[in-house]
Amino acid sequence: MKSRFAVIAALLFAAGLASAAEPKVSDDAVRIGVLTDMTGYYSDLAGPGSVEAARMAVDDFGGKVLGKPIAIVSADHQNKADVSSTIARKWFDEDKVDVIVDLVSSSTALAVMPVAAEKKRITLLSGPATTAITGEKCTPYNVHWTYNNWALANGTGREVVKQGGDTWYFLTADYVFGKSLEEDTAAVVKASGGKVLGASRHPSPGTTDFSSFLLQAQASGAKIIGLANAGADTVNAIKQANEFGITKKQNLAGLLVFISDINSLGLPTAKGMYLTTAFYWDRDDDSRKWSKRFFEKTKRMPTMVQAGVYSAVSHYLRAIQAAGTDDADAVMARMRETPVNDFFAKNGRIGPDGLHRHDMYLVQVKTPEESKYPWDYYKIAKVIPAAEAFPPISDKCPNVKK
Amino acid sequence: MIQALSGQLLLGLINGSFYALLSLGLAIIFGLLDVVNFAHGAQYMMGAFLAWMGLQYLGIGYWWALLLVPLAVGGTGLIVERVFLRRLQGLDPLYGLLLTFGLALVIEGAFHHAYGNSGSPYPVPESLRGGFDLGFMYLPKYRAWVVLVSLAVSLGSWFVIEKTRLGSYLRAGTENPKLLQAFGVNVPIMFMLTYGFGVALAAFAGVMAAPIYQVTPMMGSSLIMVVFAVVVIGGMGSILGSIVTGIGVGLVEGLTKFIWPQAASVVVFVLMALVLLVRPAGLFGRQK
Repeated sequence: MKSRFAVIAALLFAAGLASAAEPKVSDDAVRIGVLTDMTGYYSDLAGPGSVEAARMAVDDFGGKVLGKPIAIVSADHQNKADVSSTIARKWFDEDKVDVIVDLVSSSTALAVMPVAAEKKRITLLSGPATTAITGEKCTPYNVHWTYNNWALANGTGREVVKQGGDTWYFLTADYVFGKSLEEDTAAVVKASGGKVLGASRHPSPGTTDFSSFLLQAQASGAKIIGLANAGADTVNAIKQANEFGITKKQNLAGLLVFISDINSLGLPTAKGMYLTTAFYWDRDDDSRKWSKRFFEKTKRMPTMVQAGVYSAVSHYLRAIQAAGTDDADAVMARMRETPVNDFFAKNGRIGPDGLHRHDMYLVQVKTPEESKYPWDYYKIAKVIPAAEAFPPISDKCPNVKK
Repeated sequence: MIQALSGQLLLGLINGSFYALLSLGLAIIFGLLDVVNFAHGAQYMMGAFLAWMGLQYLGIGYWWALLLVPLAVGGTGLIVERVFLRRLQGLDPLYGLLLTFGLALVIEGAFHHAYGNSGSPYPVPESLRGGFDLGFMYLPKYRAWVVLVSLAVSLGSWFVIEKTRLGSYLRAGTENPKLLQAFGVNVPIMFMLTYGFGVALAAFAGVMAAPIYQVTPMMGSSLIMVVFAVVVIGGMGSILGSIVTGIGVGLVEGLTKFIWPQAASVVVFVLMALVLLVRPAGLFGRQK
């Protein structure tokens, strides 16, 4: 009896030693959950394209990290906060998911982040925009990868005011993202010496007729109508503003415009518009090379959200490799230490607040004459260096204070 | 003040004519077949999509699309009636509702799968570009055209159904199909054609909408709820009711946007609830 006990104890001890010496991967696999809008309003700018981007990142990494397989799961969060947090809980508790990526639409991101932090799992956000993600709502296990409202507001807002657009009226999507984008942009406009004359809030998603909101914007007499919305809302608003002749006297500033939106609008309607983006497929050889591979698989050029998903997943896998474990604390520390260098970002750095700071691009939409081949849509007007593009580390974020 | 009000009212009239055109098709189908056609939004979307596809792949312009697309989509309506709806005749109307609802999901899902959801642009036809400066607002020519055509088509349909011999068969079919059959009218064919016509009206509205809204698989689902409310307010199956209510609801929405913009998206349903409380059969409906 005694001897058997000793044998077991010895075996356990040996197993303990072995596991200390070998790299640690929980549950013998790294599971990446892509939680995104698969069928709704944001499914073209994130959705299946984000899943594909994550898959490409895993394949390019060789499908294994520290000798353990990397698996991808995905689900449709339907842009609903409650659906998102329920799926996240199930993924963490039952399916042993290690990291959740994308979370397009700010309300879903804000719902999942605390769940992940509670379970010590990582979130890599590419789609959502609200600045609160790395401000008062920040968590120690989150990276906000691609862009945020502050960056959009500064990139586009400051430049437009500089060019003489000093009175603004906002058309705002009536939920957390739109309001935060309006707030951030209004602050930039005021700081740059401009004035905000008013705002109309529209239900989102689901508003298709913007004419009455546009009429109010017209009546305000503002020089610039700022579109604090996204996706189909922005596309419809721009289209109808053209139709009602509003663009003859007033100018539009799209605050969050994706390349998929430009593709839907067509260059004749979108030409000349300024917008801020984290990624343009045709920027250099690296971005072109990756984007063409992405195009082969999806028949669309990647949006900044999709490119961001690839970049984030690759960085995460490299961090696991370097840390020798998939333990969330170790991986987060490694991700923060290592600069991001790939086709998406040059020398990107992740701050203690979780914000990935990298260069952004102010671009202007080409005219139909300037566009030489399919998806040839942007001229890069200005590279906004990381330090200017993103806000300084927020003192509202509790992780930073301590 | 007056300027803003008249602007919103004019926009209400424009939206109202879309509501009228769509609810008319629903009312005709419900009136005759007792089918609550939940696929109406999807058929409207098919109209817009077919117009876009015609232009994209075959070079068929707006004017031809206006003629051909309703015929094509109406044709699919004939098949749906023959293959599915006919089997449900005499059953609880709930079955028709469920069938068409499922159909709508399948159609929208298929288009979503094939074309994604961010939509495609459809240009306004050359001759209808530009607009009129009315002083209080700028009225795009195309929107004016939408109002005129919707009114003409709606009133034309009303005239045919209420004032002609063909219409009298249709109305008789609603009251007593068996008796009508005894008089030598081929009632099943008539039902099939009626459904086809209702669907063609939806597709027609879809083609009209293509240059205004983004052509997307979901464009119908966001509109269909309001249109159903319009039909309920007007009285299920009442032709004139659906036309008048469609335009009326558009105007009420416009007025609300002027007085209290936040309530504009709800006002239709408040109106519906009130009407149901006071006149359960709808404003123009008759209690059966």
